[in-house]
Amino acid sequence: MTDDKDVLRDVWFGRIPTCFTLYQDEITEREAEPYYLLLPRISYLTLVTDKVKKHFQKVMRQEEVSEIWFEYEGTPLKWHYPIGLLFDLHASNTALPWSITVHFKNFPEKDLLHCHSKDVIEAHFMACIKEADALKHKSQVINEMQKKDHKQLWMGLQNDKFEQFWAINRKLMEYPPEDSGFRYIPFRIYQATTERPFIQKLFRPIASGGQLHTLGDLLKDVCPSAITPEDGEQKTQVMIHGIEPMLETPLQWLSEHMSYPDNFLHISIIPRPTD
Amino acid sequence: MPSSLLWAVDIFGRVYTLSTVGQYWELCKDTQLEFKRVSAVKQCCWGIACDHQVYTYVFSGDVPIRYQEETYENQRWNPVGGFCEKLLPSDRWQWSDVSGLKHQQLDSFTLPSPHWEWESDWYVDENIGGEPTEKGGWTYAIDFPSTYTKDKKWNSCVRRRRWIRYRRYKARDVWAKIVSQDEPGQLPDPFSDISIGGWEITDEPPGRLSVWAVSLQGRVWYRENVCHHNPEGSAWSVIATPGEVVQISCGPYDLLWATLWEGQAIVREGIDRNNPEGISWSIVESPSSENGIMHVSVGVDVVWCVTKDRKVWFRRGVNSHNPCGTSWIEMVGEMMMVTVGLNNQVWGIGCDDRAIYFRQGVTPSELSGKTWKAIVSTRESDRSQSGSSTSLLSAGCFFTDEIQNQTNAIIQGDADTSSDTELPSAPMNPASAPPAAAAAGGDNGTEIPAPVTLDPLDSGHGEAAGASTNNEKANLEMHKSTNPSPSAELQWTNIDLKEAQKHPVLSLSSFTETSSLSSLGMFPVGAEEPYGTDEHPLWAWVSGGGCLVDLHSPLKWFTVPSGLSSSVQSLSLSITPAQTAAWRKQIFQQLSERTKRELENFRHYEQAVEQSVWVKTGTLQWWRNWKPHKWMDVRVALEQFTGSDGMRDSILFIYYMYHEEKKYIHVFLNEVTIIVEVLNEAKHSFALYTPERTKQRWPIRLAAATEQEMHDWLSLLNMSCCESRRIQGPPSHHAIWSVTCKGDIFVSEPCPELENGPHLMPCDQMFWRQVGGHLRLIESNNRGVVWGIGYDHTAWVYTGGYGGGFIQGLASSADNIYTQSDVKCVYIYENQRWNPVTGYSSRGLPTDRYMWSDASGLQECTKVNTKPPSPQWTWVSDWYIDFNTSGGTDREGWQYAADFPASYHGHKTMKDFVRRRRWARKCKIVTNGPWLEVPPVALWDISIIPSSTAAGEEAVALWAISDKGDVLCRLGVTQQHPAGTSWLHVGTDQPFISVSIGAFYQVWAIARDGSAFYRGSVSPQKPAGDCWYHIPSPQKQKLKQVSVGRTSVFVLDKNGNLWYRQGITPSYPQGAAWDHVSNNIRKMSVGPLDQVWVIADKVQGSHSLSCGTVCHRTGVQPMEPKGLSWDYGIGGGWEHITIRGNATEASRAVHDAPEEQPAGPEELDNEEGKGRRESSKTPLMVSESQELDRNAVNC
Repeated sequence: MTDDKDVLRDVWFGRIPTCFTLYQDEITEREAEPYYLLLPRISYLTLVTDKVKKHFQKVMRQEEVSEIWFEYEGTPLKWHYPIGLLFDLHASNTALPWSITVHFKNFPEKDLLHCHSKDVIEAHFMACIKEADALKHKSQVINEMQKKDHKQLWMGLQNDKFEQFWAINRKLMEYPPEDSGFRYIPFRIYQATTERPFIQKLFRPIASGGQLHTLGDLLKDVCPSAITPEDGEQKTQVMIHGIEPMLETPLQWLSEHMSYPDNFLHISIIPRPTD
Repeated sequence: MPSSLLWAVDIFGRVYTLSTVGQYWELCKDTQLEFKRVSAVKQCCWGIACDHQVYTYVFSGDVPIRYQEETYENQRWNPVGGFCEKLLPSDRWQWSDVSGLKHQQLDSFTLPSPHWEWESDWYVDENIGGEPTEKGGWTYAIDFPSTYTKDKKWNSCVRRRRWIRYRRYKARDVWAKIVSQDEPGQLPDPFSDISIGGWEITDEPPGRLSVWAVSLQGRVWYRENVCHHNPEGSAWSVIATPGEVVQISCGPYDLLWATLWEGQAIVREGIDRNNPEGISWSIVESPSSENGIMHVSVGVDVVWCVTKDRKVWFRRGVNSHNPCGTSWIEMVGEMMMVTVGLNNQVWGIGCDDRAIYFRQGVTPSELSGKTWKAIVSTRESDRSQSGSSTSLLSAGCFFTDEIQNQTNAIIQGDADTSSDTELPSAPMNPASAPPAAAAAGGDNGTEIPAPVTLDPLDSGHGEAAGASTNNEKANLEMHKSTNPSPSAELQWTNIDLKEAQKHPVLSLSSFTETSSLSSLGMFPVGAEEPYGTDEHPLWAWVSGGGCLVDLHSPLKWFTVPSGLSSSVQSLSLSITPAQTAAWRKQIFQQLSERTKRELENFRHYEQAVEQSVWVKTGTLQWWRNWKPHKWMDVRVALEQFTGSDGMRDSILFIYYMYHEEKKYIHVFLNEVTIIVEVLNEAKHSFALYTPERTKQRWPIRLAAATEQEMHDWLSLLNMSCCESRRIQGPPSHHAIWSVTCKGDIFVSEPCPELENGPHLMPCDQMFWRQVGGHLRLIESNNRGVVWGIGYDHTAWVYTGGYGGGFIQGLASSADNIYTQSDVKCVYIYENQRWNPVTGYSSRGLPTDRYMWSDASGLQECTKVNTKPPSPQWTWVSDWYIDFNTSGGTDREGWQYAADFPASYHGHKTMKDFVRRRRWARKCKIVTNGPWLEVPPVALWDISIIPSSTAAGEEAVALWAISDKGDVLCRLGVTQQHPAGTSWLHVGTDQPFISVSIGAFYQVWAIARDGSAFYRGSVSPQKPAGDCWYHIPSPQKQKLKQVSVGRTSVFVLDKNGNLWYRQGITPSYPQGAAWDHVSNNIRKMSVGPLDQVWVIADKVQGSHSLSCGTVCHRTGVQPMEPKGLSWDYGIGGGWEHITIRGNATEASRAVHDAPEEQPAGPEELDNEEGKGRRESSKTPLMVSESQELDRNAVNC
């Protein structure tokens, strides 16, 4: 039996096999072995790479160690994007494992935010959830929650506890029965080919006539370039969690089932591989 | 949520209904007639057609409306010819009624109207008080009148027998004309308005309705004797009124308002059980002096009215003690008319656009609601465009041609009446006649020369001006209306008046202010008015009297159906399109491909996040386990850890202080057998059982500060328990279902060792998990067909989901969970003692019980301090006297007795010094669960065939008893479609209370008089069988339940004795005799393996006693069908169990049967049970001194 609940599990337990290698110019005392790890798609790089950091620090001189940052094929990876999004945006359709380069020097100040502690990640994560709920419920749900519920959301993510997280998160995914969905869908659309970080607009899940808006409706409205013209060949891929949902998929359903833990639907639009 | 219908009439006189679960207006099945007005309740609708005749529309149900005619044949013995029809001159007639006073021959019975038909010919009743009589049905006595026995004795001088014949109401799903049998002179003049209601005033006779009508001359008529088995009523009687009435409205209870020509409203007072037509009228003035009341509509305890300027008003302070209310409040919006529905919900027809508006936000605390919202549902006929549009057009043209001429007349009539205030002497008759005459398609008298003081244009203008000064005026009104009451109540103002918003007006400019005061006339439509299918329907009348909308029911009336949802018109068990949609499939498929791609070859990689222990802590209260028992604050912690096998397990710690010393108890959640909410009005509490604690009848009891907190804990603990036992998803077909006295539903997965094998699993080790919903009983079979019945007798079918209720999120299925509601009564007793000075009074003796108490008299229960059973319940009625108490009551509901506590009777005698009466109040729970309503028949009992064959397509036999006692057989039930299609009525001579069908189509049933019946020749080809065989009940016992397994038949009597039917063979399925098995049994279920499970009372545990305990009969073998002893499971507080799904026979069972037989009892003795299991003949009764463990669920 397939149940929509299974989608939540699949999304939560998505893992990307990753190979971390130290940047060649980093000065080491002995040779640094690559480090292999299964990264949770829904988490953040700096949250789940303690082991990586420890592994490489062992071979480095103490004075050489400063803030860790990651790069893939020359692109610094933003830790405040979920891992799955980074992968879909930059590395989908490449061979696995995902090969990430680890840096300890020359922090790219203009590309990346500093992340000195987990508190920074927590603050960012909670800010996203709050923003999403402002869109979905005028912040009513998140504001009615207690501090411990907020903590439980964060701890659920940090400790990879699906039940712990969803016990609270389900409240954020509810809506009054008289409405047929959220007020606005919290989404962000990322394009690999543009400079602009992402597109975010107000978009309702239900059309004024009462029909459900679909993923296609959203793209047509906010990112028409992603839509393939009727006769043209498909030039782009629309990716969420490593899959390409059909454009007919109702947006409300996507938001309820395929949002990241920060309650945003992170949609990547990437060029379709030509081969 | 039961679905119900909103009725409406469009301007062409066509009647439509809109279901609360539907999205389209559906044309009434009988389209022969055009109607002016309709008034609906749940079971029927009354209307006035264009011919001014009254019609009633009774829904076709699967259960026929039948009425039993009876007459007695009397005979006297004489020495010459024996018994013969020659009676003594002093005797009764040879054919008489039961008293012998009325002569009634067989051929004197005639059908009351053309809408009835005879079901069969006369036949003799061969049943006396539950006992079968000899052939011929004679009962004997010494003389008339006397007590009759079925045995003929030496001194039996007279005998009589009862002849019965059924007639059946055949006019269902059609408009049946109410034929008046009065002589023509007495006939009321043509009717102009009708309103029905009042069914909540009394329970008896069932389905009683108050039908009120207004005739053109302004007289009010009351229809006598309208009830379920007499849907037409018997005669019209005129009710005197203080003036000429134009319109009337009757609520479901005792509220009845009418409007007078002069613009006041009149309110009927003194309506009660003994006087459904009321006693007197009182007058309520119109809210504005210039504009009289044009239309009024009442609900349970609200009154809305429309004045002649189309303004809508809400009456404040209306209740059954003060039916007149206190003052008017003006509402936003202009309406032609308003109608109030079942729980005070309101609909109106917009003045400008003729659309139907629904009042949103009407709640018990805010009866006036918030805003009007237009219903945009389209008509069913508009969906299928072919052909129907043209016919609609032509129908429209036909009408408009007819009425066009009268348009002016109506306006004149309107103008005339609205100028009434200036011209009090205006002739009454012409004023009343034109609209009616016009509406009738007028033959005369339509040209009334009356001054046109208001033409359509002007009125439109005036309205606009009126709207702009709306606020001002309203404020003025407020001052006026609040005059008599303190200003503190001014809070009403900010509900509606300030947000004077304009509603979207679908512009139909040609519709101006045209309807008459009586608005009886068809709405005149210009012939040039295009009436295309894309236009929204224009309405003339709406009736919400049968429509139940509550806060929780999502209505689909306000959105235009979109492609996706249009095919989901009504909820059905079949898979919804959303589930089969391509996009959904693709997501599932891609996700599994993704997992394969990204994970398959990399499983040896290290996980980035290590699994760790997760702890949830909190503060709860604990019912401490040393005396004196009381609640104490404790810290609790749930530690969840992941075992080496990847499975999670959890331990619950409870930290408490004992004599200044820190202590704790802990429970492994994989040992917990059930977590159950405990009924407690003061505390949000629940109980945790392990097998050991079930034996002790002493669970761990915990309480949370808020309901939400409790549900969070319950949800988490349930999830942890299920996870540690690796239970997920929906219950299997073999699941055992049970219901507690709280209405909570639990399900348990049986293992094969439960019924078979050398080591039977003790039933206290069964794990029960909760399923959302609220039911009184539940029945299943081994094909996954599960039905339930609520306390309000609503039938529900299981949808295949799981979770619901507080079990949300992951432990609950996303689909197949629907809103469910249930209604039950809370009872309290008013007690009085007689004293010589004042007679009966509420001053009792110091030793007496509380003057307001529970049934036992031990608890004080006043009207004020009695709360609904738990915070999930809300009151939905006021306190009312309950006349249906066993023992009977007098006209005021009192029951008399010599002293408290004693047996009560319904009439006062010399020896009586105390009396009591029962008050009831309805409360309602709204929850959700995997249940869908099976309308429309309310049920009392169900049984589903446990079939051994697993052929999927085969029909499943399902029998039921309706709440009125009809025996029913459900057709079209299959595994894929468990709800079935329709009911087949099985005729009986008396009401039934229990039914059961065995694996080989053996149908047994129990009648209300306590006798048993066997139904012959039931088979898949002949689902209803052919006839009933009366089976005598055990000596002096009245039966109440029957259950048939594979071959075993067990019955339960009203004294709690369990009986086994002996001597049943394939050739003689009725069996030979009853064999006593056990006492103290409340309910039982016999399964497809002939296994016997019961709910027993007074079960002894090592700590306390419990009532309502699940028990399993052990030692049941083919040669020992009665079994040997009881094994005790979860309890107390259990109400019902069904094990009819469990047909899992261990494969070796057949071979091992002989060896097992001795193993059974031995095994039991070896267990550490310490005499828990008693021998079969030992009653379950134990000494009463023990503390009864009623806290378990608390009945």
